[in-house]
Parts: sequence; structure tokens; C-alpha cells
Amino acid sequence: MATKVHMEALSPTMEEGRLVKWTKHEGDAVKSGETLAEVETDKAVMELVARADGQLIKVMVPEGTTVPVGNVVAWIGKPGEKVDGAGSQESGAGAAKAAPAAAEPKAAPAPVRTPTAATPAPVSVPAEATRVKASPLAKRIAKDAGVDLKLVQGSGPGGRVIKRDVEGGAVQAQAAAAPAPSSRLPTPGVPYEDIPLTQIRKTIAKRLVASIGPIPHFFLTTEIDMERAAEAREALNRQLGEDGGKISFNDIVIKAVALALVRHRACNAWFQEDHIRYWNDVHVGMAVAIEDGLITPVIRNADIKTLSEIGAEARELAGRARNRRLKPEEYTGATFSVSNLGMFDIDQFTAVINPPEAGIVAIGTIVPKAVPDGDRVVVRRRLRVTMSCDHRVIDGATGAAFLKTLKQMLENPLAMLL
Amino acid sequence: MASQFDVIVLGGGPAGYICAIRSAQLGLSTAVVEREKLGGVCVNIGCIPTKALLHSAYIASLLKESKDFGVEASGVKTDYGVAMKRSRRVSDQNSKGVEFLMKKHKITVIKGTGVVQPGKKVKVGSDVHDAKKAVVIATGSRVKGIPQIGLEINKTTVISSDEALLLERVPDSLAIIGAGAVGMEFADIFQAFGVKITLIEALPRILPIEDAEASDVLTKSYRKRGIDVIAAAKITKATVGKDKVTLDVEAGSEKKQVVAGAVLMAAGRAVNTENIGLKECGIQLTDRGFIKVDKNLQTTAPGYYAIGDVAGPPMLAHKGFREGAVAAELIAGQKPHPIKYDNVPSVTYCHPEVASIGLTEDQCKEQKLDYVAGKFPFSANGRARGTGETEGFVKILRDKKYGEILGAHIVGAHASEMIHELAVARENEYTVEEIDLAIHAHPTMSEAIGEAALDSLGRVLHI
Repeated sequence: MATKVHMEALSPTMEEGRLVKWTKHEGDAVKSGETLAEVETDKAVMELVARADGQLIKVMVPEGTTVPVGNVVAWIGKPGEKVDGAGSQESGAGAAKAAPAAAEPKAAPAPVRTPTAATPAPVSVPAEATRVKASPLAKRIAKDAGVDLKLVQGSGPGGRVIKRDVEGGAVQAQAAAAPAPSSRLPTPGVPYEDIPLTQIRKTIAKRLVASIGPIPHFFLTTEIDMERAAEAREALNRQLGEDGGKISFNDIVIKAVALALVRHRACNAWFQEDHIRYWNDVHVGMAVAIEDGLITPVIRNADIKTLSEIGAEARELAGRARNRRLKPEEYTGATFSVSNLGMFDIDQFTAVINPPEAGIVAIGTIVPKAVPDGDRVVVRRRLRVTMSCDHRVIDGATGAAFLKTLKQMLENPLAMLL
Repeated sequence: MASQFDVIVLGGGPAGYICAIRSAQLGLSTAVVEREKLGGVCVNIGCIPTKALLHSAYIASLLKESKDFGVEASGVKTDYGVAMKRSRRVSDQNSKGVEFLMKKHKITVIKGTGVVQPGKKVKVGSDVHDAKKAVVIATGSRVKGIPQIGLEINKTTVISSDEALLLERVPDSLAIIGAGAVGMEFADIFQAFGVKITLIEALPRILPIEDAEASDVLTKSYRKRGIDVIAAAKITKATVGKDKVTLDVEAGSEKKQVVAGAVLMAAGRAVNTENIGLKECGIQLTDRGFIKVDKNLQTTAPGYYAIGDVAGPPMLAHKGFREGAVAAELIAGQKPHPIKYDNVPSVTYCHPEVASIGLTEDQCKEQKLDYVAGKFPFSANGRARGTGETEGFVKILRDKKYGEILGAHIVGAHASEMIHELAVARENEYTVEEIDLAIHAHPTMSEAIGEAALDSLGRVLHI
């Protein structure tokens, strides 16, 4: 069967794209991953790639045409295969989202959790792509309770949603169980898990937004003793010698944040209007100041990268960020962010959350301070860290538990090896 | 001679033999230990022979009424001995069928009484067999008397179903104690063979676990046939003689003396947990004497499973079948769908038959559920009128808010066959509306199910 080629959302904000040039033509053989066309987005000229192997059997859109995201622009199939010419009329939000997610199973990337420089920007699974299997009774209960069956994990045969999956208590219990602060990341395999908003979370979301803008922030500050982290850093940099890139405090903070997120999945999440998406991978956004603003390149899978890898990647990304050479997938898809103004001698500040992420930590400068040590006073290098939390996702205790782990990691860097 | 198997099943009744077949299907080497005939109580002295006798009873009662249908049968004689022998042949055929199934699946059948031993071993006679993966206990249950009131089974005047199934001749009169499925079915059988029956039930109504309306229909039907039905009865004294039994019975304010040629004990069963080595293996029992199992049918000793009657109520062959299959799948490392114990159909094969699934109306009330009862009588059903089997009804208890089928009760001819529409519906969480949407063939008894569903929605068509 022939496969549709959709206009894909090549940047997070792209709604339509102008087909600048077809690099493959009707009759050309194409392989999955090969460039088919150049498309001008709202930000840059990007490449539209094939998601299937075969022959480009039909081009639906001439060069120069502006096409809404999700529309069919071509077909890939077997030579001589007939296709439905009306396909170009297809549109709708579902189709638009479908494209970058590689709706055709053939092109779907295997969900293996390995550190990669840039995995494709994560997008939501299209609603229409998932046919909901649910019992008639479950459908009725869900309709009445306003539960979106697409977001419910079915426990019946073949994952069918049944009564107990949608009953009032069950939905809340399910939602409450996943973001429990102590829960570790589940076994790898799926990129994330969507948990529908419970009534209490819906109310929290509504009430707090009314109070403090669209994202109800709250802030938690803690002071961290960086003496041992500093010693560790000096030792590691001595070990790396002159040739290797140096490890910065920022790299250590990113690594510690990533590891703390692994232990506090409740903070590694996106607020998604009717559900919360708990990510199984940890992608840390790193705020970088650029000439007329700021951008947050993403260190993907920072929890499983070494400090040297994080350091090298952070430097490389920051460099290209300043030169505005980042690709969209390199500055989107973070699951949590770090903002560091330590180099500007800021003791402490509050960072603004980068939605849909639910949290960000603001890193101040490390200053020597007199602190009590038993009945003596000693001078220690101290760091003030402030976490901004989206209260719709993270509650005070949840954020505090995360910060406590982060503090423990930085105060005893050996803990990061655990 | 001792040998080693992956799975050793103790008991070749319904739960045990199905467990063995499913284990073998999953590639496990399997042995079944059975001291009597394969098929257990069900095949040999339970479900199967009684169904044969009930059909004899049905033919006898049909012939009594056949004149109305334009078929006159004169000189109709009944002979329980002949009916009994036919029922034995049916049982033997079924037991041989189980033997064949064991051979087909290359399951080793070990004849003898098995005793479980620590270390997943089963001793039969002097041989000790090893189970590499699991020992499954499926030793079933047996009839029991009530020695507390002087009614110990003596196999002559105080009998159980075991003896009733092997009688050459029927007594003139029979008192049946217990009006659950067993008591109801034997009352039906023996009444048709000309025995004067007194049916005595301690609880307030016969068929006490069924819906109260089912009990009402059966009470009327039995009384009409001349069966003396005494519910809420207390036996204050039992005098067991050489050829008769005298029972002093109190029911409410009434006192009555029942004299019968024999008493059939049909009040409950005892599970076979004695002398099979449970304690030595650390296998615990529940307060009620069943083997304690978790939701994966595991006993308190790792590697030992229990299924069927010994593992707890309901003591029904079809519940045992399912547990047998599920246990085998668990042992093989599969993840079977959990058993829904609230969706096990219950059937009594008396005439008219009684079949039910889920909650009774009284249970809905006790649980304070917001429900609507939809009901359709067979007297308004064309097919039932045609066959003259207009007794009974279909009742569906619908949850008011979502239409969930909380319970369903069928009293009438073929109720045992019709209940499965509701079993499938409940298993798949269909609501009354899906029942209605499924087109029911006309004319059938099953139409009454569609009509009862409609009645629960206030839209019944044929009344």
C-alpha cells in the first residue's frame, strides 16, 4: 500500500510550509530518511524527509505552494501503484500532528534509550491514530465522567479499557500513583506516559492560574554546600589535563539535576491542558543568553551521559546557539530546565518556567560564606538554588523532595555514582 | 517406579483434568493422580449422570401431558433402574472420554491416592514423583451428612446423592434435606418416578442463593406437582429406623412429622483436604476449611497450587475448569486474564430450569445500588406457548445510571442454555442496550432476554 507524505511541522510553531523545491521527482527511488523536498517554515528552510522506502509515485503539490501542516504532499509506493488523488484535501489537527510522529509504522524509530545528540522533536501522538478499545460500559462511564479514553491505560484483554479503568476512584488512583515523588523512571521502551488530570489537579490548575497568570509558579530556595563538588571538579579537571575540555559547575549541576529527575519523575513532566505527560527520558534544557534574547538548547538523556559528554555537548550547543545555528530539535523537547546566572554574580534569582515544562532551577553564584560547623565557624563555598514549579503539576512537597535530592547529590557528588 | 514431571495434578476431576490438558498444551510434561475414575464427581456421580436422569424425568412428565398435544400414550411405566443404568453408561462414556483426552495429550495417569510432600513431591503408594515446576491440588469435595441431628449417612435409609444415583428401585417416599441445586434436581427426578417427596430447606426459601422470584416460581411449580415443600424448616428430631426415617420438623409456628422411606442428604459438601499431606508442606486452610489460595491460585507453600472445590466456593465444575486452565497458564509463565468470580453462572437443572449470573435483586437492595429490574414472562413468549413451557421469566437488573447488567435471572425451559448470552454480555461489559441491539431470532425463548432488557429501559414491546 502506498504511503502518504505529509507536510510536517518542521518547527514547533510551524502551521504551514512553502514547498520551495522538490529534490526528488516522480519516479525516483527513495529511501526512508532521504530528503524529498526543501520547505520554508516560519523560521528557516528545512528538509522534508521520506518516512518510507519505495518510489516517489506521485507529487501532489507544485514547487512554490504553501501547504498547511498535515496535508498530503506526495505518495511513496511501489512502481505503478495507483493512489487516491483527493489526498491533498486531507487536513485537520490530527493529521498535522501525525506527520512528525511518523504515523507509518515503518518509519517509527525504535524507542531505544541511548544518548543521542538530537532525537526528533517529541510531539503528541495523534488522537485519531489510536483507535480506542473500550467496553460499552467503560465508554458510558468515561463519557459521563469526562474521562478521555485515549488517555486511559486499559486492563482488559488486549489493553481494552474496562469499567475498573475508568471508575472515579480508579482514574484518580492511577493518576496519583504515577507521579508519586519517590517513583523511579519505569523501564525504558516508551518515551513517556500520559496521565489524565484528576479532578483535584484540574481544580488546582484552574484556581492557581486565576491567581498568577497562565502558569501558577511557586518558588523553593535552598542553599547548597559546594565544597565537595568544587573539590571533585578540581580533581576531575586535573585528571582531564590541559587537552580535555574542562568540566564546569554548570555541567555538574546539569548532571545532578538529571539524576534527581530520574528519582523524582513527578518533576519530569509537561502540563498538557487535560493531562500531565510524565516523561520517561530526561532531557535538560540549558538557558543560554544570546545577543537579543535567550534560547534553551537541550542536553538529551543527560541522566545517562558522562560529565565530559555533558560538558562537551553544552559547550558545543551554547556556541552554536550564540551563532544562531541551532536546529529546532536542538532547542525543543526539554523535560526540565536549568538557568544559570552564576557567572553574573547573582546570588539568587527566580527563573521563569519554559512551558510545557513544569519546572526550572535557577543557579546563583558560588560564594564563600561563614557557616557554623559544630561549635566552630568555617568558610565554605555555598550555592543558592531556586526551583520554580508549575503548581498544576508539582506541589510544594514534591518540589521540596526533588530539591533535597539535588542538594544531596551536589553536597556529596559521589552520590551521583549510585 | 518414580518419575519426574513438570506438573503433577492431584485429582482427575474437572479442575484437575483441564489443568493437565492445558499444561500439556503449553508443553509441560504432566501427570494426573486419581484414586477413582477420571472425571471426578462431575462425570461419575454428579453433573453428568443427574442430567441423564433429569431427562428421563422430563420424558416421563412430558408423556403425562402428551394427550393435550394430540399424542396419547397409554400404559406409560417408569423404571428407575433402567434410567439409572442408562445414566451409568453416559457417565462411563464421559469418563472414557477424559481418559482419551489424557492419552491424546500424553498425560501420565497415575492410579492411586496421592499425598503431597515437601520439595514439590507427590507420593502415590510407595512411589515418590517429583514435580519440577508445580504440584496442583484438585482433590475436590464429597457429600456429607448432618451427624449433629442424627442424620449420619448409612447408605440405606439415610443416603447421599452417591447412593441415589445407583438405586435399582425407588423408595415409596423420600425426604430431601437441602433445597439447593442437588436437592432440587433429585426432587424433580424422583417425583417423576412416582416417589412422594418432602423437600426440607433450613433457609427461608428453596434455592436460597437464587433470586427470590426464582424461588417463588419453583415453590409453586413443585407444590403443583405434589411435592411437599417446607422452607425455613428446623429438624428438631430425627429417628432413623430400619426401613423408614421419622423427622420432627418445625417451620415457623407449624410443627410437622415427616415419615419417609429414606432421607436424601443434600445440604452441603465437605472438601477433601484430609490425609493428603497439606500440613507437612505448610499448606494452610481458611476458616471455612478450604485450601487458602491467593489470586494466582497459589497456596501458602510456594510451588503448590489449589484449584476447584478445595480452593473455595462456588463449588461448580465450570469454575474448576477455568481455575485449571488459569493455573496451568500461570505455571507456564503466562499472564492469563484474571478469573471474574462474580461472573460465574449458576444453573439448577430442575424443571423449570433456573439459571443466573451476577447479583440477585435482594443483593442489589442490600448494596443500596440504584437499579431497575426489567422482567419478561415466558407466558408472553410465542415459542414457550408453542411448547407449553410457559413457566418462568427472564429478569435483568440494570444499573440505572450506566445500564450495566448487575444481575440476570432466568427461570424456564432451557434457562441453562440461555444464560450465556448474559454471561458474554457481562464479561464484555455490554449494557442492556447492546443486548437489545443484538437481533434475537423469532420465535425463540431467547427473545425474552431482549424483552427483559427493553423492559428495564421502559420500552418492553410484547406486554
